[in-house]
Amino acid sequence: MSETTVHSSSEAPLIEVRDLIKHFGPVVALNGVSMKVRRGEVLCLLGDNGAGKSTLIKTLSGVHKPTSGAFLVEGRPVAFSTPRDALDAGIATVYQDLAMVPLTSIARNFFMGREPLRRAGPFRFLDLDLAEQVAREEMRKIGIDVRDPSQAVGTLSGGERQCVAIARAVYFGAKVLILDEPTSALGVAQTSMVLKYVHQVRARGLGVIFITHNVRHAYAVGNTFTVLNRGRTLGTYEKAAIGIEELQNLMAGDKELQLLSDDLGGMV
Amino acid sequence: MVENQSVAAGNRPADERLQKQSGLRRLLSRPELGAIAGTVLVFLFFGATANGTGMFAADGIMSWVTVTAQLTIIATGAALLMVGGEFDLSVGSMIGFAGMMIAIPTVYFGWPVELSVLFAFCGALLIGFLNGLIVVRTRLPSFIVTLASLYILRGMTIALSILFANRTIVSGVKNFAGDSFMVPLFSGKAFYGLFVWLADAGVIGKLPNGQPAVQGIPAVVIWAFAIALTGHVVLTRTRFGNWIFGAGGDANAARNVGVPVARVKIVLFMATAFCATVYATCQVMEFGSAAADRGVLKEFEAIIAAVIGGCLLTGGYGSVVGAFFGALIFGVVQMGILFTGAPNDWFQVFLGLMLLTAVLFNSYIRRRATGER
Repeated sequence: MSETTVHSSSEAPLIEVRDLIKHFGPVVALNGVSMKVRRGEVLCLLGDNGAGKSTLIKTLSGVHKPTSGAFLVEGRPVAFSTPRDALDAGIATVYQDLAMVPLTSIARNFFMGREPLRRAGPFRFLDLDLAEQVAREEMRKIGIDVRDPSQAVGTLSGGERQCVAIARAVYFGAKVLILDEPTSALGVAQTSMVLKYVHQVRARGLGVIFITHNVRHAYAVGNTFTVLNRGRTLGTYEKAAIGIEELQNLMAGDKELQLLSDDLGGMV
Repeated sequence: MVENQSVAAGNRPADERLQKQSGLRRLLSRPELGAIAGTVLVFLFFGATANGTGMFAADGIMSWVTVTAQLTIIATGAALLMVGGEFDLSVGSMIGFAGMMIAIPTVYFGWPVELSVLFAFCGALLIGFLNGLIVVRTRLPSFIVTLASLYILRGMTIALSILFANRTIVSGVKNFAGDSFMVPLFSGKAFYGLFVWLADAGVIGKLPNGQPAVQGIPAVVIWAFAIALTGHVVLTRTRFGNWIFGAGGDANAARNVGVPVARVKIVLFMATAFCATVYATCQVMEFGSAAADRGVLKEFEAIIAAVIGGCLLTGGYGSVVGAFFGALIFGVVQMGILFTGAPNDWFQVFLGLMLLTAVLFNSYIRRRATGER
């Protein structure tokens, strides 16, 4: 199985990394990863535990600095030193459990770190009315009825929380969304709600990097699939070029698991 | 949620499992509600039992207002820090140490008292900064870090006092302070004229020498009001306040969206140290001395007031208004027991029960706010 080139567009990818290497002391976490994501594309990053998915997204979102390799945003090389730099470059990351402050209101969460301010003499105060109005409006756009934007985020379901986090990133002008296992803790209905929203976001021209180890979820929204294994890129495939079962086998990357899977008479 | 239906309904049917929330239920999710209810109860109780003891005469009122004000000053700092997810157990020791930082340079180095007060504030802010820095750098629980500060500061307070004064009290600050503006600023009484007028009008009583029974609002009350108001506005109406909620509610989530969590926490530790120093300065200016045992156990009183006021021990939730009402309950009960002549031991029993009730109530409120079961 050779690596296939999937895009012919001349436009520079939103994010491109080539031969990214990251060492933590003696540990080689990434050992030559290449991937790119374009406008209006959902790139699914697949791989088993320890494949390097987390290290890769933390590098893309400015938490880690790569040891070597090329990291381009819209064709220009970048070197982020904090997550803030990545945010300013339009790369927003939504972490699975660490996206929202549960006891704080939806409106306050929506604007956390980017609060709308209102001048009053020498002081600048939080514009809570605006925050509540915008939060309510943005939620309504994605079909979530926020009864009261001053209610705590903890009262929302897991799927709704993920959607709020994604809506927040979109509202603040993200060009690329990195979603870290957004569906792994969710039930079926909640998952389809999040996947539907990912699809909407893509249609609006954003690039999405969707990390998961659930091949079905990936296949439902992905255009392109990049499989990681032991810190390397195993390959990048267009949806048309690969079936769901083949993808699963690739991701398992291990003959024994495939045999076990066959023994059990289906996919693991 | 009848009032929001027009906005929320859209074109989807309402979820039938979602119960209607009454206005009362919504009110219940406000952090300060428990403390306000407690305040009403306490006033009803002492209104009935302490009637005619002078507790609600002008000078009686001023006694519990002063106790409330003193506690409000440090409870504001404690509440903000608790919402930010940390504790400061060194508040009481800081009160003692800040007092020494004013008294020793004034009495033994011949510094002008203004300079000593400035020195005490700078010193306290530095210690607060170090407390915060150690907590955010080591990621140790602030409980243990500030417990260490509690002993270090108290020990230094006693040691320095004995070193300079050869006893545990440094007195004579008044002689050196003279007519410095620091004395009225921290221990004066405001609105003297108003109280003379009130006494002449017969609203408040007069002393045998013709002076009104209360000669003005003590400076500590004005300080308490200013600090609590500032704390409340900062917490609920500013960007920094939003960061406090974020840092205390989920530090990782806040960090992920760009909140400088470490800086927020360090500033909050400095704020509690600042509040403790205001308290200490008021006492030094009032008594003209600094004693090594000033502020003992005040850290717990501040935390109790904050918790009664609805602050969660785990951070991310609470209010300064609540902490004020917590302090008010504290002041009214402490003085009420004195006025009614009940044995003072009962005050501690009451305080313990009140704390337990408040914590149970708070955890119920939190479960409601987050929809946990």
